[in-house]
Amino acid sequence: MTARSFDLAVVGGGLVGAAVAWGAARTGARVVVLDEGDIAFRASRGNFALVWVQSKGMGMPEYAAWTVASSEAWAGFADELGRESGIDVAHRRPGGFHLALSDAELQARADNLKRLHNQPAMQRYPYEILDRERVRGMLPEIGPEVVGGSFCPLDGHTNSLKLLRALHTALARAGTPYLARHAVETILPRGGGGFRLLSSGGTIEAARVALCAGNGNARLAPMLGLSVPVRPQRGQIVVTERVQPFLHHPVVTVRQTDEGSVMLGDSLEETGFDTATGLGVTGTIANRAVRLFPRLARVNVVRTWAALRVMTPDGFPIYEESTSHPGAFVATCHSGVTLAANHARLVGPTIAAGRLPAETFAPFSARRFDVPQAA
Amino acid sequence: MSPERRYDALVVGAGPAGLAAATTLARAGRSVAVFDEQPTPGGQVHRAVAAVPESRRALLGPDYARGREAVEAFLASGAHHIGQASVWSAAPGRVGVTVGGVAHLVEGDAVVLATGAYERPFPIPGWTLPGVLSGGGAQTLLKASGLVPEGRTVIAGSGPLVWLLAWQYLRCGLTVDAILDSTPAGNRWRAAPHLAGFLASPYPVKGLELLRAVRRSVRVVRGVSALEAVGEDRVSALRYRVGAGAWVEMGVDTLLLHQGVVPAIELAASAGIRQRWDRDQLCWHPEVDAMGRTPLAGLYLAGDGTGIAGAEAAALSGELAAHAILGTSEGGRVSGLLAQRARWLRGRRFLDLLYQPAPAFRVPAGETLACRCEEVTARALGEAAALGVPGPNQLKAFLRCGMGPCQGRLCGLTVTEALAHHSGRTPAQVGRYRARVPVKPLPLAALAAMPATDDERRAVER
Amino acid sequence: MFRRLPDAPPATATILVDGRAVRAVPGESVAAALLANGIVACRTTPVSGAARGPYCLMGVCFECLATIDGEPNRQTCLVLVRDGLRIETQSGARGLGP
Ligand SMILES: Cc1cc2nc3c(=O)[nH]c(=O)nc-3n(C[C@H](O)[C@H](O)[C@H](O)COP(=O)(O)OP(=O)(O)OC[C@H]3O[C@@H](n4cnc5c(N)ncnc54)[C@H](O)[C@@H]3O)c2cc1C
Ligand SMILES: Cc1cc2nc3c(=O)[nH]c(=O)nc-3n(C[C@H](O)[C@H](O)[C@H](O)COP(=O)(O)OP(=O)(O)OC[C@H]3O[C@@H](n4cnc5c(N)ncnc54)[C@H](O)[C@@H]3O)c2cc1C
Ligand code: FES
Repeated sequence: MTARSFDLAVVGGGLVGAAVAWGAARTGARVVVLDEGDIAFRASRGNFALVWVQSKGMGMPEYAAWTVASSEAWAGFADELGRESGIDVAHRRPGGFHLALSDAELQARADNLKRLHNQPAMQRYPYEILDRERVRGMLPEIGPEVVGGSFCPLDGHTNSLKLLRALHTALARAGTPYLARHAVETILPRGGGGFRLLSSGGTIEAARVALCAGNGNARLAPMLGLSVPVRPQRGQIVVTERVQPFLHHPVVTVRQTDEGSVMLGDSLEETGFDTATGLGVTGTIANRAVRLFPRLARVNVVRTWAALRVMTPDGFPIYEESTSHPGAFVATCHSGVTLAANHARLVGPTIAAGRLPAETFAPFSARRFDVPQAA
Repeated sequence: MSPERRYDALVVGAGPAGLAAATTLARAGRSVAVFDEQPTPGGQVHRAVAAVPESRRALLGPDYARGREAVEAFLASGAHHIGQASVWSAAPGRVGVTVGGVAHLVEGDAVVLATGAYERPFPIPGWTLPGVLSGGGAQTLLKASGLVPEGRTVIAGSGPLVWLLAWQYLRCGLTVDAILDSTPAGNRWRAAPHLAGFLASPYPVKGLELLRAVRRSVRVVRGVSALEAVGEDRVSALRYRVGAGAWVEMGVDTLLLHQGVVPAIELAASAGIRQRWDRDQLCWHPEVDAMGRTPLAGLYLAGDGTGIAGAEAAALSGELAAHAILGTSEGGRVSGLLAQRARWLRGRRFLDLLYQPAPAFRVPAGETLACRCEEVTARALGEAAALGVPGPNQLKAFLRCGMGPCQGRLCGLTVTEALAHHSGRTPAQVGRYRARVPVKPLPLAALAAMPATDDERRAVER
Repeated sequence: MFRRLPDAPPATATILVDGRAVRAVPGESVAAALLANGIVACRTTPVSGAARGPYCLMGVCFECLATIDGEPNRQTCLVLVRDGLRIETQSGARGLGP
């Protein structure tokens, strides 16, 4: 049996894997993407699709800068991807809101943002705390309980399902094989360099390997001398039928898609590998949405779902090359929609070139979790 | 009528299966609520049977009229009928239902899902044009409202309902301009080995005379291999071919499409009941035993929702599920019911194979809409399949097929079979859309009124 | 186009369809009333603007949507006729509620 051989094998065909693979393939590398089947834990199919900046970076200013960079790069990335895939991913950056339903919520919001921006070495970005009247000028449908909110002009959103399809289409057009139903079971470093990936669909060989398997990374990483302590964090989402456009800015928990449906999100639950939905949580999501926008009350819910976020202990990404097995990389994060531009433009090409430049990526090494707690 | 908070047993569906289950349970002294989207009991087959004039029952024939007894027995049994009630979630011990726009969570020790069947999608060019209705839909108009098409009327497709509908129309004095029979000729040979079982079942008496009567009075075009509805804002003509012959065009005012019925499995699937692909019926069947028991204690299934077997078998399975709940000892009544049901099932095999719709009418091509709600074409399915998508759920994410208000009921089977076709796999390997609560849309305000624990609220508030 | 059999109960109710008064049988489905009055299309789709009308008459297909007494996207095959009901055909996606 001869295994097929590539320059780079990307494990995982979600948003991170697809963006990294596309970025790598565009440098001319021969790339292959391996993925699981139709039923899999795949955050990329169940997320909220915000390209979001406000509130990112508490505890790691480099992450705030990384996020702002992606937000700035997104429009160009969407254009490029649109040209190569023929798919408009409906990216918009009209600025986004976090709304408060009480003075206490608004105060907490203002305090948080102030603390975030007062961090040393923080790359500040513009934001404002708006009172009810100013919010209403921009979001005319808010209900009487809304007391105000925070607004950040860098916030935007996209259609993340179109994004996933566009990346897969662009990969196909670039001649990059996408092998679904190839769940990687074992990765064996080869003597003379390179890797052998044993999967449910066959064996693949590659000079380099990039782990982009979301929550699957935790199990695969140790095979390559890496530690990727990600855990699943459940988020439930409610979505409505299509409605005439009424909401021109994304709100962190309510956004209207380019197709007209209204997405309502999204819970934070530590429930392990379980994508069940529950009426208590979806009901609360619905309840808050109706309080924010009362005229949604009679709009019909057509679906609810739950998906698993890929969470590191501090919530920030991990980008790293294995020291024991050079050529083995990991790229994993929450906020893979927001960071898609960076992944395609920076992470993919640098992995294809075989090196993650320390000046950009050192802060994102998982070694940060090894540091003993200060006494 | 609003439901109470709890009952001994909850039944979803007031067709033959649900009514039999509820009547048996109520007669045994259990408190029972039966929920149905329709206003009156009877299900699809006996729609509105107790509410229509005697003359209508006579016109529609004895199989329809018979439903009245079951409905009257049910109404006398003491079970609660809650009509215009849309059930959007079911689990052991509980169902979620909207009545008059208000959502209720109703508790019950036993839950019986008797959701019946709906018609198999019939994706041909133009099937979304106004004036093109499903055959079952047209039959429902006749049963419940005494409405019949006016002007040039064509019935196209395959399956017993095509002939039954034509027969009922004839009895109403209506002219059916043509029946375009799309049953593949080869089906007869595949069905033949099962003829004996069919003849030994109670089916033939029902069917043969009816077929003859229709053939005498209606022009029947057999071997139709392709069909299109044509029109601007409504259907005005159709085109068809027989075998590889030339296209024939004819003007129509109403085109009625039907190619069999398939189980309504969404509620069972959303409750976590596994589904198995049935190669004869070409649809999904939930995992259930002959008594209607599922792997989930307290959750039972009955009727055509477990596999298509017809009204009589549905009633038997409903009664069996009630006995499973009541703990009636096997033997006696129960083994009699099991034996009767088995006879119907044996006869069914022949019908399943005889009327199996042709692949060309199950896997559309080109610009034909596979998903009506989101207007996803067959071509788009093929292009996405070529990207290597592993299954219907990824396809849905890529194309939005199945994301509209019908929640995939009118494209789910098409998408599974199309993907199987494009990727050289079986439907069983390809799989199906995942069904999630709510399995029927409900107003946001209704969902917003659901009770939540502090933990659940904290998981959302931020 | 559909007509009523002679055995149908009298159409004693008046409903308004896009402001026009038409006769209907109390208790029949709104979809049936529309079809009996020659109205085969009740909306255009949000995606392409194509005309659609009732298809399954059993609550499955969601093709029969219309605005009833001000509430958009009701399944007309599941709503029963009452005297004075107001029905508006729809074009494209619904608006927000009242
Ligand atoms: C509810 C929710 C809301 C969110 N909202 C947003 C948002 O608004 N904005 C934002 O930027 N981000 C958001 N996210 C996060 C974002 O969706 C994720 O960061 C992103 O999808 C992660 O992509 P991924 O490719 O790493 O992981 P996934 O999408 O989980 O993909 C991992 C892939 O790897 C495959 N895989 C796993 N193991 C193996 C194996 N052994 N072999 C082969 N393949 C394997 C899986 O099948 C899967 O396809 C949200 C997430 C959730 C859950
Ligand atoms: C349109 C149509 C017409 C048919 N006509 C005939 C016929 O004339 N003769 C014949 O022999 N067979 C006919 N059949 C086949 C027939 O369905 C079955 O043989 C028989 O009705 C099965 O009985 P049942 O009790 O299993 O289901 P059904 O009779 O289908 O009853 C199921 C009931 O469940 C209700 N329901 C389903 N889901 C929900 C939900 N989520 N919430 C609330 N209520 C729900 C439905 O409204 C329905 O009333 C027809 C099928 C269809 C789809
Ligand atoms: S006609 Fe199909 S849902 Fe009303």
